Amino acid sequence: MNRFLLPLGAFLLLALFLALGLRLNPREVPSPLIDKPAPAFQASTLARPEATIKREDLLGKVWVLNVWASWCAACRDEHALLVDFSRRGVAPIYGLNYKDKREDGLGWLGRFGNPYTDTLFDPEGRIGIDYGVYGVPETFVIDKAGLIRYKHIGPVTPEVLRDKIEPLLRKLDANA
Amino acid sequence: MIPELGQVLLLLALAVALIQGVLPLAGAQRGRADWMALARPSAYLQCLLVLAAFACLTSAFVRHDFSVLYVASNSNSLLPLPYRIAAVWGGHEGSLLLWVLMLNVWTVAVARFSRSLPNVFVARILAVLGLVAAGFLLFMLVTSNPFDRLLPAAADGRDLNPLLQDPGMVAHPPMLYMGYVGFSVAYAFAIAALIGGNLDATWARWTRPWTTAAWIFLTFGIGLGSWWAYNELGWGGWWFWDPVENASFMPWLVGTALIHSLAVTEKRGSFKVWTVLLAIMAFSLSLLGTFLVRSGVLSSVHAFATDPRRGLFILIFLVLVIGASLLLFSWRAPSVGLGQRFGLLSKETSLLVNNMLLAVACGAVLLGTLYPLFLDAMGMGKISVGPPYFDTVFTLIMAPLLMLMGIGPLMRWKEDELSGLARRLRWALVLAIGAALLTSWAAGRIAPATTGALALAYWIIASMGVDLLERLRPRGGMSGGVVGRMRLLPRAMVGMWIAHLGVALFAFGVAMVKTYETERDVKMTADASTEVAGYRFRMVSVSDVQGPNYVAAQALIEVSRDGQLLATLRPEKRIYKVQSNPMTEAAVDSNLLRDLYISMGERLDNGDWIVRVQHKPFINWIWLGCLVMMGGGLLATSDRRYRSRQTRSAELPAGMAGEGTR
Amino acid sequence: MKPRHKRAALVLGVLSIVGLAAALVLNAFNSNLVFFYTPTQIEAKEAPVGRTFRVGGLVQPGSVVREGVTVRFVVTDTVKSVPVSYEGVLPDLFKEGKGVVAQGQLGADGHFAAREVLAKHDENYMPPEAADALQRADKMRAKMQGTLSPAPTPANGAQK
Repeated sequence: MNRFLLPLGAFLLLALFLALGLRLNPREVPSPLIDKPAPAFQASTLARPEATIKREDLLGKVWVLNVWASWCAACRDEHALLVDFSRRGVAPIYGLNYKDKREDGLGWLGRFGNPYTDTLFDPEGRIGIDYGVYGVPETFVIDKAGLIRYKHIGPVTPEVLRDKIEPLLRKLDANA
Repeated sequence: MIPELGQVLLLLALAVALIQGVLPLAGAQRGRADWMALARPSAYLQCLLVLAAFACLTSAFVRHDFSVLYVASNSNSLLPLPYRIAAVWGGHEGSLLLWVLMLNVWTVAVARFSRSLPNVFVARILAVLGLVAAGFLLFMLVTSNPFDRLLPAAADGRDLNPLLQDPGMVAHPPMLYMGYVGFSVAYAFAIAALIGGNLDATWARWTRPWTTAAWIFLTFGIGLGSWWAYNELGWGGWWFWDPVENASFMPWLVGTALIHSLAVTEKRGSFKVWTVLLAIMAFSLSLLGTFLVRSGVLSSVHAFATDPRRGLFILIFLVLVIGASLLLFSWRAPSVGLGQRFGLLSKETSLLVNNMLLAVACGAVLLGTLYPLFLDAMGMGKISVGPPYFDTVFTLIMAPLLMLMGIGPLMRWKEDELSGLARRLRWALVLAIGAALLTSWAAGRIAPATTGALALAYWIIASMGVDLLERLRPRGGMSGGVVGRMRLLPRAMVGMWIAHLGVALFAFGVAMVKTYETERDVKMTADASTEVAGYRFRMVSVSDVQGPNYVAAQALIEVSRDGQLLATLRPEKRIYKVQSNPMTEAAVDSNLLRDLYISMGERLDNGDWIVRVQHKPFINWIWLGCLVMMGGGLLATSDRRYRSRQTRSAELPAGMAGEGTR
Repeated sequence: MKPRHKRAALVLGVLSIVGLAAALVLNAFNSNLVFFYTPTQIEAKEAPVGRTFRVGGLVQPGSVVREGVTVRFVVTDTVKSVPVSYEGVLPDLFKEGKGVVAQGQLGADGHFAAREVLAKHDENYMPPEAADALQRADKMRAKMQGTLSPAPTPANGAQK
C-alpha cells in the first residue's frame, strides 16, 4: 500500500461531495407545484391598470407563464427567444411582471419587443410568492385544466424550448 | 467590431496556450530542443493576446458599449470612469479574464527570469502553466464569455453592484488574483521537478522567491479585502469568516506553511515530499476557492451568478488538475530520499510543528466552510457554522504558533540545547508578560485571554530583539562597527524578522480591538447627542445630496472630546439610481490609536435616524500588520542568493555579503 | 537516546500535537453548529428553545414595527409565521416581502429574539435558507391541496 496515495484519495472524496453539492443547485430542484393546480390569482394588467386577469379566465387553454422584470439582466438573454416564440404562435404566453415599476416594465417591453398576450402586474411579488418564485426569470407551462405541468428556473435557452417546452405544449394541445 | 476582435484574440490565445502546454512537455520527455524552445515565445505571445483581449473588454466598458451583455450587466452610463474600468472585473466573466491575464503575467515573469535554469526544467514549468491557462481559457469561452453580444443593445446597463463601487474594490481583486495565481508558479515548479525527478535543495532555492512573491500579493489582497469590507459593508466588522474570505485565507495558510518548509528543503534537504505536497495544495486551494466562489455552491456576497454548467466545468477541471498532480505525486514521492537527520530540539522540528499547526488551521477552516455543504449534499438539513467556531479554533491554534515564533528563529539547525535557549530567552519572556499586564492595565481592564494574546505579541518582538542583539555584538575576528555588522545580515533573515514583526502587530491589533471596542445603536434627531467611549457625537443635520449615480441622505455629525471639536463626519445612506438598492456608506475618523466609525441605519417615520456609533481602538494595526508582513516578504525575495549570476548586481549596496550565516 | 528512538519520539510528538489540535477543533465545531428551521417547523415545536438557531423566510408585508432601536417583524414561509424582534441596525437589503434569515433564540412564548439579521447582498436571489423555507412550505401546501381538492386527472394520466 502506497501511503502517498492518501492525499489523492482524500481529494477524490472531497470532489465527490462537491459534485453532490453542485447537484443541489436551486435551479435543478423540481418544483413541488408540478402537476398541482396553478395557484389562484387576480391581477391588474401591466398596460391597463383597470383591467384584471384571473386564473379562471385562462382555463381551457394551454398557456405559458413567464416571470420577468425590467431590472433583471438574465431576462434580456431569453427575451429575443420569447419574442420569436410568440411570433410562431405555438401557445399564448403571459408575462408576470415581478416586483417592478409599471413605467419601467412598459418601457422595457417598448424597447425589446412584447411577446406577451398580456402581462400580469405584480409589484409586491405576492403572486410570485404563491408560485414559489425565488429568482427571475422563471417560466411555467400550465395546461387546460389549470395544472402546472412544467417549471423552468433561469433564462429559457433554445435547447430547453426545443426539447422540453415545445414538445410538452404540442402534447398538451393534442389532449382535448 | 472590437468585441468580436476580443473574441478572436481569446481563441488564438487558447490555441497558443495548447501549443505551449503540449509541445515543450513532449520535447522535454524526448530531448527535442526545438520543441522546448517554443515555450518562451509562446508564453510571450499568449500574454500579448490575452492583454489585447482585456484591452478590448476595457474599451467596451469605457465606450459604454451596451451591446455587450457583460457590459450591460455590470455598467451604466452614469458610472464614473474609474469604476467603469474596475467593472471589467466586477462580474464573473471579467474576473476570469483577469485570472487568465494574471496567470500570463506570472508566466512571462518566469520565462523572463529563468535564464539560469536548465532548459528542460523551464520547458516543463512553462508547459504546466500553459496547460492551466488553456483550461481557464476554455472555461471562459465555453461557459462564461465576456464578449457575448446582446442584440438589440440595451439602452442602458444594469450598473455595477453598488457594493463594488469603492476605491478598495478597484485594487482588491487584482491583488488577490495575483496571489492566487502566483501559487501556480510554485505548483508548476513542483510538477516539473516531479516529472524530472530533480527535487533537491537547488530546486527549493529556485522556488522560494516565486512562492514568497505570490504570498506577498495574497497577503495584500486579503488585507485589502478586509479593509474594504470594514469600510464598505457598514457593519464595522473586518473579518466575517464568509466562505469567500475563507476561500482566500486557506491558500494563504498553506502558502505560509510552504514558505517555511521550502526554507528547510533549501537549507537541509529535508521535508522534500511534504514541500511538494504543500505546493500542490496551495494551488489546489486557489482553484477550490475559485470553484466555491464562482460555482454558486456556497452563496455569499460574491456569488453573483450561478450557472450549474460553470460549477461542473470547474469541478472537472479541478479533478483533472489536482487528481493528475496527486497521482504523479504518489508515483514519484516514494523515490525521493530523506534529507539530513535532525535532533528533537532543532530549527527543523520547530518548523515542522509550525507546518503542522498551519495545516491543521487550514483543515479547520476547510471543515467549517465545507461541512454545511456536505450535510446539504447528504440531505441532512441546512446548517451554518458561526464565526464563534472559527474564532475559538483560531485562537487555540495561533497561540502555540505565536509562542513558537519567538523560539524557532533563535534555534540552531540540526541540534540545539534546551538550557542555552532558556538562558537566552528568559528576559524576553519576563519583559513580554510585564508589558502585556501593563498594557491591559492602561486600557482599563485585565482580561486573561487578551493579556495572553498581548504577551504573545510582545514575546515575538522581545525574542527578535534578543536575536538582533546577539548578532550585532562584536565577535572575535570581526571588524567594523554595529552598522557594518547590520549590513552583513542577510536580507532573507531581516525579511523574516520584519514579517514576524507584522504578525505581532496584527495580533496586537486584533487583541485590542476585540476586547476594548464599544458600539451603540442609537436613535438620533438633529441636535441630539450620544456618548461613546468618552467621545461626544452630535448630529447637526441630515440633508439630501446628489452623487453621480446615486442620491443620499447625508448626516453631519460633530465629534468632540472634553468640549474640543475633533472631527465632522458625514455618513451616508445612498440609494443607487439604477438598481434602487440602499447602501450604507460609513464615515470613519481614523488614526493609529483608534477609529470612530459611524453608519446610518434606517430612517424612522418621524424623521429620526437609527445610527450605529462604534469606537475601535488600534484597529488600524491589523492592516498595518499586513503591510509590515508584506514588507518583510519583499525584503526576503530581494535576497541576493536568488539572483542568477547573469543579472546585474549593481543595485545592491556595496559590502552586502551574499550568503548569510543561517 | 538512539537516533531511531529520537525519530519515534518526534513522530509521536507531532502526531499528538495534531491529534490534540484536531480534538479541540471538533469540539469547538460541535458547540457552534447553527441549525436552521422554518417557521412551519417552529410551529410544530421542532425547534429547540434556548439554543441559537436560524429561521428563514419572507418578511411578512406590513409586519415591520419600529420602536426606537427595537424592531419587530414577522417571518413567514407563506404557510406559518413566527414573530421576531431585533435590536439595532437592519441590513440594507432588508425589505418587506423579501427573503430574510434571522439568527437568535426562541423564547418560551414562541417569540424569536434575533441577535443577527441577514439579508442577501443581491437583488435577484434570496438567502438559500429563506428559499428553502419557502420550498418546504410549497410542498406542504401542495400536499394539503392534494388532500383537500383532488386534482382533476388529465386524460393521459399523471406524469411522473
